[in-house]
Amino acid sequence: MTADGTQSRDMDNFQAHRREVLLEVTDLVKHFSGKRGALFNREDDRVRAVDGVSFAVRLGETLGLVGESGCGKSTLCRAALQLTKPTSGSVRFEGREIAGLSRRAMRPLRSEMQMVFQDPYASLNPRKRIGQIIGYPLKLQGTASDGELRRRVQELLERVGLSPEHYDRYPHEFSGGQRQRIGIARALAVNPKLIVADEPVSALDVSIRAQIVNLLADLQEELGLTYVFVAHDIGVVRHVSDRIAVMHEGRIVEEGPADQVCERPADAYTKKLLAAVPIPDPREARARRQTIGSA
Amino acid sequence: MSTEPLLSMRDLRVGFVSEAGLVQAVDGVSFDLAAGEVLAIVGESGAGKSVTAQTIVGLTRSANTRIEGSVRLRGAELVGASDDELGKVRGAEVGMVFQDPMTSFNPVYRLGAQIVEAIRAHRDDVSKREGHERAIELLDSVGIPNASRRVDDYPHEFSGGMRQRAMIAMALALDPDVLIADEPTTALDVTVQAQILALLERLNQERGLATILITHDLGVVAEVADRVLVMYAGRVVEQGTLEEIFYDPQHPYTWGLLGSLTRIDRPRPERLPQIGGAPPSLLNLPQGCSFRPRCPHEFDRCAELPGLDQRLADAPGHCDRCWLDPERKRALRVVDDQIGLESPA
Repeated sequence: MTADGTQSRDMDNFQAHRREVLLEVTDLVKHFSGKRGALFNREDDRVRAVDGVSFAVRLGETLGLVGESGCGKSTLCRAALQLTKPTSGSVRFEGREIAGLSRRAMRPLRSEMQMVFQDPYASLNPRKRIGQIIGYPLKLQGTASDGELRRRVQELLERVGLSPEHYDRYPHEFSGGQRQRIGIARALAVNPKLIVADEPVSALDVSIRAQIVNLLADLQEELGLTYVFVAHDIGVVRHVSDRIAVMHEGRIVEEGPADQVCERPADAYTKKLLAAVPIPDPREARARRQTIGSA
Repeated sequence: MSTEPLLSMRDLRVGFVSEAGLVQAVDGVSFDLAAGEVLAIVGESGAGKSVTAQTIVGLTRSANTRIEGSVRLRGAELVGASDDELGKVRGAEVGMVFQDPMTSFNPVYRLGAQIVEAIRAHRDDVSKREGHERAIELLDSVGIPNASRRVDDYPHEFSGGMRQRAMIAMALALDPDVLIADEPTTALDVTVQAQILALLERLNQERGLATILITHDLGVVAEVADRVLVMYAGRVVEQGTLEEIFYDPQHPYTWGLLGSLTRIDRPRPERLPQIGGAPPSLLNLPQGCSFRPRCPHEFDRCAELPGLDQRLADAPGHCDRCWLDPERKRALRVVDDQIGLESPA
């Protein structure tokens, strides 16, 4: 199984280990109270969405976070970025503790960490022009003049494969793939170091999915970005990630180099997840069904 | 298995009148479906695959729809049939399963009651009590544990996978011959998807159910289909057996779809092969081949629309819409030792 490609990737991983840690999450917990009313709110009623999760993301690498719906991966991202207040645990960004920081204290850090969302239809304001949508985070910073702002937005549009002429258009004039490019341009506007992409390609058509995956890879190389790539599709996650963390019922059940997790999974749940992924090859799919059937 | 196909579609065309003009959503689709067979219709959003399937049972009928061509179920024409006649076919002879089982059930009625209603709409001789018993049997047969208790649950009390099983149970309630499954596993987790696919396969074998499976996922196709139609911008661009489509694909769009898949059973490529550009607007199709603007192998002749023809002497039934020479195709479609579409220049 260990082709040359895997060898060099393992070397890459070795190199990555010596790089600086950008985001470090330790024992992160996010519980939601199950029933209303403080008096009867017992420990047992709580939904343990994130139940003691630790991981680290190094500068310039991609950590893939994979798991099925309800496993807590989106809540984990939101809690790590302080978009929802963690119940307990630590989140360090560039070595600095950010868990529990006030909104005000978080504000200057917001431009360092951005999100790209799943649904390119729901995540763009339909009443705003593309230029306003992408320029808004910059405007909040209040440093650029109107002319500079326009230039910067047009530069971003080109960078994500759109045209500067799209500046005055509205979201409904764009296809799903183009909208996801707009969402990426908005995330890039403030020059973030970390991008958390929550299912960025799962709403897109197959032929468009590869375009967006490749765009994210190009941007990472050009801009030295660090990614947390969240998805339920382990095939896509493996393609983009240096390391993969598999999440199940609020915990990370396995973490390791992407190829190792996919080719030599250690955890029972990871094995189950991999066995369920359809293989787009009729002969191999049939052979696998027979081995599973006879096992 | 009789020689006459169970379902036969000939040159189906479906157009929608819009303010901007006629949108030709389906442009000349033909196929035959035999009992026990699984036909997959593959394509991206807007390719016309759902419209094709929905038109079989008249779900696309409206004042602004233009439907031409023929759809015959055991010889009986459905395109010109009255709404009453179609109503008898729908549910009873052709069952349907949709992508989102949450929106397919009425949230304020118990699941069992909805299945009973579906049965009694066609069979007034079935009492409510009998219908209820039948609903329990059906839920049990699709693998819902404690069916006799769960039959009285509301849709929201079921998980996504269980709801999809219930949807399949309801589609099977009147023992149809044909099942139309429109993206039945797209909203589900992979582990649940595998269970639903296994269930559909079992039903095919046990009941001889003919299935039209609509999906954008070639992985799902590889697991269950016998034959495949690949649709692009309202037309079938390639059709053939499962093996033909995966191992000897003739249309560059099919190469692109196969090439852009991520495979966990192979070493990953440095870069994910992609198809450049985006599908065309149905209001403004390019002249000739619709895939032409995205195709790296495009040449002069592509300005003329290729027919859906058999181009390989030894493969009857394997048809495609591409002018390229089949021998040349075998060389052109190999990118990095795999079938794929060359990156656009």
